[in-house]
Amino acid sequence: MSIDQSTAARVAKLARIKVEDDALPALAAEFNTILGFIEQLSEVDVDGVEPMTSVTPQRLKRRVDEVTDGAQPKKVLANAPDAREGFFAVPKVVE
Amino acid sequence: MTDLNKLGLAEARDALRAGDVTSVELTDACLSAIDGAGALNAFVHHTPEIARERAAAADTRIKAGDAPAMCGLPIGIKDLFCTKGVPSQAGSRILEGFLPEYESTVSQNLLDSGAVMLGKLNMDEFAMGSSNETSVYGNVVNPWKVDDRDLTPGGSSGGSAAAVAADLCLAATGTDTGGSIRQPAAFTGITGIKPTYGRCSRWGVVAFASSLDQAGPMTKNVRDAAIMLEAMCSHDPKDSTSADLPVPNFEAMLTGNIAGKKIGIPKEYRMDGMPGEIETLWTQGAEMLRDAGAEIVDITLPHTKYALPAYYVIAPAEASSNLARYDGVRYGHRAALAAGDGITEMYEKTRAEGFGDEVKRRVMIGTYVLSAGFYDAYYNRARKVRTLIKQDFEKVFADGIDAILTPATPSAAFGLGEEWDDPVQMYLNDVFTVTVNMAGLPGISVPAGVDAQGLPLGLQLIGRPWEEGDLLNTAYALEARAGFVAKPQKWW
Repeated sequence: MSIDQSTAARVAKLARIKVEDDALPALAAEFNTILGFIEQLSEVDVDGVEPMTSVTPQRLKRRVDEVTDGAQPKKVLANAPDAREGFFAVPKVVE
Repeated sequence: MTDLNKLGLAEARDALRAGDVTSVELTDACLSAIDGAGALNAFVHHTPEIARERAAAADTRIKAGDAPAMCGLPIGIKDLFCTKGVPSQAGSRILEGFLPEYESTVSQNLLDSGAVMLGKLNMDEFAMGSSNETSVYGNVVNPWKVDDRDLTPGGSSGGSAAAVAADLCLAATGTDTGGSIRQPAAFTGITGIKPTYGRCSRWGVVAFASSLDQAGPMTKNVRDAAIMLEAMCSHDPKDSTSADLPVPNFEAMLTGNIAGKKIGIPKEYRMDGMPGEIETLWTQGAEMLRDAGAEIVDITLPHTKYALPAYYVIAPAEASSNLARYDGVRYGHRAALAAGDGITEMYEKTRAEGFGDEVKRRVMIGTYVLSAGFYDAYYNRARKVRTLIKQDFEKVFADGIDAILTPATPSAAFGLGEEWDDPVQMYLNDVFTVTVNMAGLPGISVPAGVDAQGLPLGLQLIGRPWEEGDLLNTAYALEARAGFVAKPQKWW
């Protein structure tokens, strides 16, 4: 499977990473190198094999559904690039 | 005592308890060594005030006869671990200025055990790399040198490896997603163990690929690895994959007696083009274990060659999901916006500026293999191959194999800048280590010899799940016979 420039642009968009148009050919070429390497997996007979969901045979633990933490808005916002009046601030989202 | 920074954990612990030395003296020796080692670029955030304060507190505890396992021992912490109030950037620009409000479970366990944090250690950005060349802080330089070239310490825990090898600290934490503890340990002539998946809590460790990431110690010898691993491990309700199992006294299991143990030699690890000296070292390692009373058995792990390609689907897929959180909203870097830019432009510009090339590459590959139409062909197929890789190991363990011996890396340390022509060439560094992460097993790299140029080479032992104590004991027997004592000549 070969990735062209428009696919590379679409992937960059999905990943929310800005890639300038003049960088797309090199990016597509890198994707093709890596995907070419990954392509070996198609040789493996995986019929009837379950995809791994957990590497150790443990069940996820459950706990009581209750509040165990919270009420520390200052700490939550302490690292925000832009926080105002107890909220994270971002550019306008809705017109 | 002179050169206190050159001590290992066990030696320093014993000297502290005997009253021959204080933690403040040990800590000052390390801080001076760090100040004189700027050329290695291993420590990137220095915390001398925290170190001296904890050292003084440790001395008080030791005097009072209340000294936990790591009491007063100065160590370095990989930048991937969140440390309260101390920069924790995962080697990335996107976490510039981030000061965690909390402490990772592993670094808290070490703190509770009395360890003294000297500072934060350089690493590949988000632990993605095998040469420590993707860090926002710049390259780490290997203290080992054979000519005028600067060599890589390996990666991603390259700062940890260089710092321990150069005696800037007694030991350091590392993390290992595909080989990031074991490969740099091998490149710098130190010991590094990745425990079974679930032994160390991942809480507060910046996530790369959550189903593969594990923390572990990087130390000057196997005994030190046993001491520090025990201090790092715990069951942690804050990590849903943390194992609810008792943590054994690993050090007490170091008897050196491996009589009757069955050590497997997997034929698939004999790669085309592998340097002859690595093959020789591997054979010698098997002889050493035989000499110690073990039985050497040829085994087969048929899906070995598919581990690395499967890894390069699964790890980027998980990374693309984990790194979605870096959006310029909650922490770290946010790009300057142009007039009229909306939230999408903010995400795209922030991530373009904040992530380095290798991280972008992996996030985008991960996005691609998870995207509609490719999920089954790539991601699900890779997860099925991962099941087969794990079954390969389960079969040999069911046949009575106790541990598996392999080379740690396909080469000795290479020059900085030498392997970046092709990302896949760089990925091949992890060919012997990545299978262990895919199967969730414990693996340890032990320095076992030097190549023709005099650079260290490591051997890897892979153990049964949850049997780190047994694995460490086998490594201890190997270490005793390998007798590796070479140290880098100080040039920095």
